[in-house]
Amino acid sequence: MNLILKVWRQPNSETKGKIETYPISNISPDMSFLEMMDVLNEQLMTQQIDPIAFDHDCREGICGMCSMFINGEAHGPDRLVTTCQLHMRKFKDGETIVIEPFRAKAFPVIKDLTVDRSAFDRVQHAGGFISVNTSGNTQDANSIPIDKHDADNAFDAATCIGCGACVATCKNASAMLFVSAKVSQYALLPQGKIEASDRVMNMVKQMDEEGFGNCTNTGACEVECPKGISLENIARMNREYLFSNLKG
Amino acid sequence: MTLIASSIGRKVAMALSGLFLIVFLTQHFTINLTSVFSKTVFNEISHFMGNNPLVQFVLQPILIFGVLFHFLMGFILEIQNSKSRTINYASYKGSANAPWTSRNMILSGIVILSFLGLHFYDFWFPEMNYKYVEVLPLNSERYFEEMIHKFQNPIRVGIYSLSFLFLALHLYHGFASSFQSVGVNNKYSKAFKPFAVAFSVIVPLGFVFIALFHYFIAF
Repeated sequence: MNLILKVWRQPNSETKGKIETYPISNISPDMSFLEMMDVLNEQLMTQQIDPIAFDHDCREGICGMCSMFINGEAHGPDRLVTTCQLHMRKFKDGETIVIEPFRAKAFPVIKDLTVDRSAFDRVQHAGGFISVNTSGNTQDANSIPIDKHDADNAFDAATCIGCGACVATCKNASAMLFVSAKVSQYALLPQGKIEASDRVMNMVKQMDEEGFGNCTNTGACEVECPKGISLENIARMNREYLFSNLKG
Repeated sequence: MTLIASSIGRKVAMALSGLFLIVFLTQHFTINLTSVFSKTVFNEISHFMGNNPLVQFVLQPILIFGVLFHFLMGFILEIQNSKSRTINYASYKGSANAPWTSRNMILSGIVILSFLGLHFYDFWFPEMNYKYVEVLPLNSERYFEEMIHKFQNPIRVGIYSLSFLFLALHLYHGFASSFQSVGVNNKYSKAFKPFAVAFSVIVPLGFVFIALFHYFIAF
């Protein structure tokens, strides 16, 4: 495959960036998108051009590191995949591909396509945990009966890998899907119910402080989420938040 | 105070004010619909609504507050949301993952707001003038004729119809979405969604039908 790549280049967070155009040839349709980026970087280095910085780690759709906005969509045109699971066969020979970083005020660009997603870490630190004494006397979780329906929903919510595609794709750069998944994965389980009220209040407060936008229920986040996190989690978080406020 | 200052609180406030306006829209539609069947019934209901102290001095101010709140909050949220992404994408395929109606609520909202300006100019201001400025004598027979008179102008009927098309688009996303905002997304709310969709099509197009009916009957 021969392609024209239009890639966002930005030396650092202080300098203004711009789109640069790079033609690339002899790309196999069976390559992953990140392998294609590796080939591009090899090509750039032989031309004495600074290689493109992009996030990646496990390259098997688990870690949530890869974060590109490809041809107008988070993680590209495929569904339920991260960028590392996106294959070049999803593109046409001769196609122009626009590659940009995830854009949100709360996700500042570090360099080129890498963005700082530590806002998610701070939201998680604000309440995305349960307080358990881990000194050795912890009760076996399997000895606590949990409704299968709740266990399944909690597991589904916990599959969120925190990649930020929901924020990147939302027209308002809202983080509601991520935060609601992290609230739901505990709220549904008996171990999480004890701190449920403080958790949702603190996580929403932190989310708002980070500068994410407001959710307007477009549903784009659910469509673009590589793990298929459901909008039902956002409704659950709204419920939890309202009840927590009413309780005072 | 914490609740309304939070993103979820504002979202819930938008949803509840929207649901309140939907209730008002339903009763307004019901009253207008009577004009198709009976001039007398329409005049009687309009006279009651226009002169009952509870409607005039309690419900009407609440309604105006609800309208202003919904629009002002909508604009405030739009401005806040535009600040949450300081650099826009060079390529953004919004249509790939969200319907047009959900991405353009501010546009459909502005059209509806503009229409409300025309509606106030046509009906509300003359009504306030009649009752409270010039203090003209009560006349329970005048409402039907006043309405018919407004629907003789084809340009006005065209603007009216177009505005209600945008109201349909606004409701198409807003009605079902308001349940999600207040935390209701389960098998019951999913069953309710077809009703919300039907409402968002039938009621605005019903208003258009009433306008066209009177225009063509008089024509």
